[in-house]
Amino acid sequence: MRVARGAIPFKSPSAMNRYPLWKYLTVLIAVVIGLLYTLPNFFGESPAVQVSSAKATLKIDPATLDRVQTILQQAGIPNTGASFELNGTVGTVRVRFPSTDIQLKARDLIEKALNPNPAEPSYTVALNLLPASPAWLSAIGANPMYLGLDLRGGVHFLLQVDMQGALTSRYDALVTDLRVALRDQRIESTGIERDGMSVVLSFNNAAARDRAISALRTRNPDLQMLERTEGVRLQIVGRLSQAAITTVQASALKQNITTLHNRINELGVAEPIIQQQGTDRIVVQLPGVQDVAKAKDILGRTATLEIRMVDDSPAANSALAAGTVPFGLERYLDRDGRPILVRRQVVLTGENLQDAQAGRDSQNQQPAVHLTLDSKGARIFRDVTRDNVNKRMAILLFEKGRGEVVTAPVIRAEIPGGQVQISGSMTAEEAADTALLLRAGSLAAPMEIIEERTIGPSLGAENIEKGFNSTLYGFIGIAIFMVIYYHLFGAFSTLGLALNVVLLLALLSMLQATLTLPGIAAIALTLGMAIDSNVLINERIREELRNGESPQNAINLGFDRAWGTIIDSNLTTLIVGVALLVFGSGPVRGFAVVHCLGILTSMFSAVVGVRALANLWYGHKKKLQSISIGTVWKAKD
Amino acid sequence: MELFRIKGTIPFMRHSLVLNIISVLFFVAAVFFIITRGFHLSIEFTGGTVMEVSYTQTAPVDQIRSSISGLGYTDFQVQNFGTSRDVMIRLPLAAGQSSSVQSEAVMNALKATDPKVELRRVEFVGPQVGRELVENGLLALLFVVIGITLYLAIRFEWKFAIAGVLANLHDVVIILGFFAFFGWEFSLAVLAGVLAVLGYSVNESVVIMDRIRENFRKHRDASVVEVIDSAITDTISRTIITHGSTQMMVLTMLIFGGPTLHYFALALTIGIWFGIYSSVFVGASIAMWLGIKREDMIKPIKKQDEIEETYQE
Repeated sequence: MRVARGAIPFKSPSAMNRYPLWKYLTVLIAVVIGLLYTLPNFFGESPAVQVSSAKATLKIDPATLDRVQTILQQAGIPNTGASFELNGTVGTVRVRFPSTDIQLKARDLIEKALNPNPAEPSYTVALNLLPASPAWLSAIGANPMYLGLDLRGGVHFLLQVDMQGALTSRYDALVTDLRVALRDQRIESTGIERDGMSVVLSFNNAAARDRAISALRTRNPDLQMLERTEGVRLQIVGRLSQAAITTVQASALKQNITTLHNRINELGVAEPIIQQQGTDRIVVQLPGVQDVAKAKDILGRTATLEIRMVDDSPAANSALAAGTVPFGLERYLDRDGRPILVRRQVVLTGENLQDAQAGRDSQNQQPAVHLTLDSKGARIFRDVTRDNVNKRMAILLFEKGRGEVVTAPVIRAEIPGGQVQISGSMTAEEAADTALLLRAGSLAAPMEIIEERTIGPSLGAENIEKGFNSTLYGFIGIAIFMVIYYHLFGAFSTLGLALNVVLLLALLSMLQATLTLPGIAAIALTLGMAIDSNVLINERIREELRNGESPQNAINLGFDRAWGTIIDSNLTTLIVGVALLVFGSGPVRGFAVVHCLGILTSMFSAVVGVRALANLWYGHKKKLQSISIGTVWKAKD
Repeated sequence: MELFRIKGTIPFMRHSLVLNIISVLFFVAAVFFIITRGFHLSIEFTGGTVMEVSYTQTAPVDQIRSSISGLGYTDFQVQNFGTSRDVMIRLPLAAGQSSSVQSEAVMNALKATDPKVELRRVEFVGPQVGRELVENGLLALLFVVIGITLYLAIRFEWKFAIAGVLANLHDVVIILGFFAFFGWEFSLAVLAGVLAVLGYSVNESVVIMDRIRENFRKHRDASVVEVIDSAITDTISRTIITHGSTQMMVLTMLIFGGPTLHYFALALTIGIWFGIYSSVFVGASIAMWLGIKREDMIKPIKKQDEIEETYQE
């Protein structure tokens, strides 16, 4: 500002209020981009049908899209666009329709074609609403903002993951692991047990303890070991390193999120949000879902894993061929649809499953799934495998109360140590899927709902209307006042304010931000505050005119001198916005995001945008006698 | 049209002592009410369950109360919310009972008397979340105060920084005092509003400080009080127009925004009016009491400045 003051009088008046072409172009481009990216928000939504997988073993891929389109074509049902979308590993097919009538018809048709057996659906076919913006807008990445739950209705949960629970079960698994390790090395110990958040190993003599320490150090580098003497017994106290604890907790959280994802996909919710919050919390938002009880049921339910013995006796095989099920047996289908008879007696359940990882068989390098059982599970598994060599064992997964045989391998030898490998005719991808499925079946750590919010759809629609109306009326009020008070410059200011709204909405849409009611309030407030920059400029111009400056000079000085003040006042406001963003949560954060972005867009639109308008209008007029900025009253001396 | 036909300089600082005493009284009263009455905190802070239900006709509030006490609750609130047909029910945290069980039981009880009742919103907050919110709110306030003080100290001068921050805290405490005195519900949205006022009000002080600095430079022979008076006089029309515009926006929120935005808009309204007052009378006069001088503002750039001034005059 200071430098500008010195420099101004030397500029020729005609060049003073002219922007170089690139500045006009910048403003023009900002306007065009702003309009383009704001546009999708005004198209509303069109009815659609969404097809997703109902079973974790079934994948949706582009072939599913072709299939759905063929189904629709054969029935002569018109659609306005179909798409396949891959979100992580979960694929979804969405088809839009011109009206809700057609949407309903199409849903029934697709449902019938994809799920020939309604009792056992493979696909979830759900009604959905998709943004109705034209394809060319979506192609340039212009999509509407997400509406928060308070605007569209739905359920919001905040879940707290019990990390102590996750750690406890990790230590339980460690006990088994250590027991196996010591036995492998033929080191005699008098006891291995978990003691709170540590493992205690007891030995009779120092030699055994020393050997154990050196053996475990290489085998379990995550374990931090301390020696101690308790009475006559020599002990090692093992604790997981901080890094290992972090890993356990991170993977527990990740697994819980995966599990939630899988379960929510079953619900067929249009756009669920499942996000980590902090180190031990998960946010789940289910737009459009009104049945809280059902949603909670799904979130809390465990898909269970069971290990049972297969009955391959000749009697059972003939019964299978005849289609009957002998007493004490149950009939399940495997993944290829072949029936298998398994015993009712459950050997192990998913409760005893610690982990499942995809990998490769150490001998033949075939894809395999490695299961880790906990100590109890490991003991049972060892006993059962010892007694049933050369028989088949089935691993079943129960989802939604229906069981499916994931795999049924033959037991070759006794399997000690709780390390189970499932291998056989599977691809690497299938191995990964099965591992995920087995993991997804259970939650790694218990969760508790610590926050819950349900918003009815009518309230959501009302909130949008109220938020929109109050912003609109406020804007109109300000516009009328500005034009009456500042005439043409008031009109410029109003256009600048409109540009501000457009840019702000465009930015929010580009960032795919979630618009909430506090967000709308922030838009309104930002507009109310953004006009400050314009008032500062306009008052300055009037003041310069009052001081006897020529009109061209007054415009130039007004903008230049107001600039320093605008920067100062906006930066301090920005400090507040950032504080809200950092420390706020939920509605406060929604408010803060819009507020911060609004400050940035308002500085651009008020200073560069309005200046461009003023320059364009007055800049080329060499002999400007007066400018339209309302009455400039001068006190009579 | 020009609203403000100001002749000469308005002697704002002449009555600053009286006005500052009034400010102090207001401030003390606000602190007194905050301490004695406390806040009517929303369940976001306290934990508990809030349900919003809607009836087709005027809601039978007494009947709702008896239905809920029939479920064994003693500490609960039922009140109209927005319109006479909408009712807000607050239930305390119940140990061992999940919120869905709570809200379902209440809905069943209400449907037994009027099947047309519609559940509009349920909100459940566990106790640990509330504690965090209070902590985070205070942290945000601290961050804002430190951030603004630092910025003003660097950009202007430490006396201005202190004056600006005190003026802002004055506004914030008075808003909080209003909420404590009237027992208005203090929710997260209100917290956002209060913090936004902080930014808004400092904005105001900055504009005046900017002018004070400029006028120190321009009016070489004027006294400190005269400079402050002239700076406020120069900016008063901007102050009122800007605040008027913002108030217009906030007013539409208050009128059309519905109950959710009501207290947010109310907090802003109080903030705007006290913001005008405090930046004119509180901020500037604290700076005056702290003894700002011409040298504080223009010392480091004196030489360069003089050269520029000669070009201009």
